[in-house]
Amino acid sequence: MYSVKEPDPGTPERKSSEQVTLEIDGRAVTVPAGTSVMRAASDAGVRVPKLCATDSLEAFGSCRLCLVQIEGRRGYPASCTTIVEPGMKVRTQSDPLAKLRRGVMEMYISDHPLDCLTCPTNGNCELQEQAGVVGLREVRYGFDGANHFKQAEKDTSNPYFDFDPAKCIACSRCVRACEEVQGTFALTLHGRGFESKIASGNTDFRSSECVSCGACVQACPTATLVEKSIVERGQPDHSVVTTCAYCGVGCSFRAEVKGSEVVRMVPDKDGRANHGHSCVKGRFAWGYATHKDRITKPMIRASIRDPWREVSWDEAIAHAASEFKRIQAKYGRGAVGGITSSRCTNEETYLVQKLVRAAFGNNNVDTCARVCHSPTGYGLKTTLGESAGTQDFDSVEYADVIVVIGANPTDAHPVFGSQMKRRLRAGARLIVIDPRGIDLVRSAHVEAAHHLQLRPGTNVAVVNALAHVIVTEGLHAESFVKDRCEQPAFDKWKAFISDPRHAPEVTEEVTGVPAAELRAAARLYATGGNAAIYYGLGVTEHSQGSTMVMGIANLAMLTGNIGRPGVGVNPLRGQNNVQGSCDMGSFPHELPGYRHVSDPAVRALFATAWGVAIDAEPGLRIPNMFDAAIDGSFRGLYVQGEDIAQSDPNTQHVTAALEALECLVVQDLFINETAKFAHVFLPGSSFLEKDGTFTNAERRISRVRKVTPPLAGKADWETTLALAEALGYPMHYDHPSQIMDEIARLTPTFTGVSYARLDQLGSIQWPCNETAPTGTPVMHIDGFVRGKGKFVITEYVATQERVTRRFPLILTTGRILSQYNVGAQTRRTANNTWHHEDRLEIHPHDAEHRGVKDGDWCKIVSRAGETVLRASISERMQPGVVYTTFHFPGSGANVITTENSDWATNCPEYKVTAVQVSPTGEPTSTWQRRFGEFSEQQDALLPQTDPPPR
Amino acid sequence: MEAHKLVKMANEIATFFESDPDPAAVHEGIAGHIRRFWDPRMRRALLSHIDEQQGDGCKPSVLAAIAANRDNLTPA
Repeated sequence: MYSVKEPDPGTPERKSSEQVTLEIDGRAVTVPAGTSVMRAASDAGVRVPKLCATDSLEAFGSCRLCLVQIEGRRGYPASCTTIVEPGMKVRTQSDPLAKLRRGVMEMYISDHPLDCLTCPTNGNCELQEQAGVVGLREVRYGFDGANHFKQAEKDTSNPYFDFDPAKCIACSRCVRACEEVQGTFALTLHGRGFESKIASGNTDFRSSECVSCGACVQACPTATLVEKSIVERGQPDHSVVTTCAYCGVGCSFRAEVKGSEVVRMVPDKDGRANHGHSCVKGRFAWGYATHKDRITKPMIRASIRDPWREVSWDEAIAHAASEFKRIQAKYGRGAVGGITSSRCTNEETYLVQKLVRAAFGNNNVDTCARVCHSPTGYGLKTTLGESAGTQDFDSVEYADVIVVIGANPTDAHPVFGSQMKRRLRAGARLIVIDPRGIDLVRSAHVEAAHHLQLRPGTNVAVVNALAHVIVTEGLHAESFVKDRCEQPAFDKWKAFISDPRHAPEVTEEVTGVPAAELRAAARLYATGGNAAIYYGLGVTEHSQGSTMVMGIANLAMLTGNIGRPGVGVNPLRGQNNVQGSCDMGSFPHELPGYRHVSDPAVRALFATAWGVAIDAEPGLRIPNMFDAAIDGSFRGLYVQGEDIAQSDPNTQHVTAALEALECLVVQDLFINETAKFAHVFLPGSSFLEKDGTFTNAERRISRVRKVTPPLAGKADWETTLALAEALGYPMHYDHPSQIMDEIARLTPTFTGVSYARLDQLGSIQWPCNETAPTGTPVMHIDGFVRGKGKFVITEYVATQERVTRRFPLILTTGRILSQYNVGAQTRRTANNTWHHEDRLEIHPHDAEHRGVKDGDWCKIVSRAGETVLRASISERMQPGVVYTTFHFPGSGANVITTENSDWATNCPEYKVTAVQVSPTGEPTSTWQRRFGEFSEQQDALLPQTDPPPR
Repeated sequence: MEAHKLVKMANEIATFFESDPDPAAVHEGIAGHIRRFWDPRMRRALLSHIDEQQGDGCKPSVLAAIAANRDNLTPA
């Protein structure tokens, strides 16, 4: 249920151009057609008693508590399921209604334990509240007869919430939430009448299909489903609206607090990205913020073999600054750089790139988008003119055809995945282009019309074949192309794509996608109505990542599927603020707002504002930094909130580069893998400990609000300020709002953004400026940002990572629902319950051929290295392709991945690595043994301190 | 910077731009991309490799693009 009281009008909002006026208890009220009487009453300020109704779910009409009387109608209709009509006269209070409601409530209470004083939801229970509302004074049936009090055992198997069937009133809100909101259909109402009970299949919650999104817990009106944190710590006393720090969906949450301790995170129903929904990470996996592994004191050491020494903030900052200055004096201005964090706020990211450009005096700044969506930035800027997705999430509600390419929304962007599934259940058609059989291909009430199960590395051949079919069959939107796109570029592209070498019958041999299936998918995309493409890292993390992004943009322009709701090109960005970190000028060739450093006018703007000259030369990208570190021209690095030693490919090359640095400064919550190579550790602050903003995958800027004080005494932005000052470049901000004001002054797409405006509007999608004062949900409506859209020739080029007899399988990597990226956050939560180790998924044929059985240790060898993982036999994979995740550092997934990268951006080719797999009796590789020893040594070098207070 | 990596990167950039039927656009595309995205030390190392190793391993289009845009690519 909603915790710190939020109004609940009982049924969902309806949108209609038609308005209906009616009278409720003598009060006139006007509402959109289709609205329920219950919601209309709420609008009129009249609260109708209810139990089975809540505004996140469609009306069900089972509890019979919301009965009303309507003039001219017989009986007592349920106000939740009765739709308003013009002139309707409704009474919500009368003696017969009161008697009926008391009678209903008596029945409920007769089968409900009266342990309110010791119940975890005491004071925040809808049953308790409604008993008071209806004036219940006696229960004539007594409590000695049959009841559920002792029949059913409490299910405490889920690590985050309990299920107590004795308290269940069988209102079905949990079942409906699982179906309507989450789309998992894990719960059922089993049995009839007195035998009715909620069941999670034939097993307990933890072992069931339940994905622990929390929708059922939130919907429950009693303490039947309740968070363990509330059971243990009691009810919150206030709440703060903030933004989740996990994926790029950017869900809005109410952090519910008792004193200064967070006791629950509840999805905010006013959140524009999530509309009151959540996933297991944002809803429950926030305990890492106070985990005992948090480092809360600054530390320094001369060498990575030395013990860490706890020092004051002043000493740590002064030491870091002196080292950077020493290195620059000795090796040159370009010998140092920084990496901004896509987990930190826009304001913090902006400050780090400003520090690099103004205090270091170079452009050696990069961000983790380098290894995920940098091809999106390049590809969409080249074709459409802006380095961002074209739509808002709600646009999917208007899509008739949904294409998902190289993305797994139900795992990696689960809240948007649920929204997408709702649209699919409502009738939209689905095309999945993915080597794996992801959940969307076939799950409860969702089935893809076409699954193009291509071979990894052949994306561009597939997108070209789709375009070829559309062009050669005359299915393209000629007038859109003529009006909106550069004609010469289109003519050149059309000649290219019409060539028979792109026909699906020809590409089939390379891609493995049957020609007829591909043709059918192309026809559906071109002619099925509004068609929207959603894509993820399965598009970008290839040697042709940028080419593929441009191929997707070509396809959208070709069919006119751009510039209105329901269509578009939608990159599903990985981290909470990866869009924002790119917007803020984190790339070494761009200042904030994606403006190239070679542009003298842009440099002059920043030079004037910052009071320093801006280097006109592009700086080093992350992989270039590694190479330059090994060759000795790059010696100092400031890393804020990123774990390059775990997340970047070819781990042994990365760690060799880190070892070569003379000064590595890591600012983080934990001693992550990168920090094990650091000389200065600056304690970071979690998203709960600071103010700022995040920008999600739909360009939505949302406030991050300080909920608790920083454990280490400084928010991350304050640490960067201190470092800049010690470097001789003081920056003057008292609050992150002032940083945003500066961003707005200097960035044309942000000129209308301020904290006051964000508080007023809730959130804002950039561009937000004079022409779009409330933001821009859908881009490129009347014209492209670059003027005319540009078709780009996208020749398919096979990756150099070829399978051979020595390396006959392709390894591709990805994520799962319960863990998040390098796992630094989720591994420190009970999410390990569902995924405590990375495994190798392998097709039964490949497994049998190698004598590998489910659960066996397997050696995986690539040209870059080898590691050992347990096998999971799975038909999700096609024969010849194996898959693993990279959430646990000891797995060494990136020991195997190679340095091959996207031609345009150097985004690593994580998705294609040629490997051999064989069973092994040894549970660890040589690298894993070395890793274990090194980690033990590093742990021993940490000061022994007490854990931080909770 | 290791020359063979830079050569590989330059060749991959060239492969993309070579699909343009206009040779001038190919050279402009290759040189322009390197100029816009490569740190000066990377450009310097590639130019040295071309001078000292006769561009060993470089695709002809890379050599032609660099020859035609040498001044623009040479760091100050």
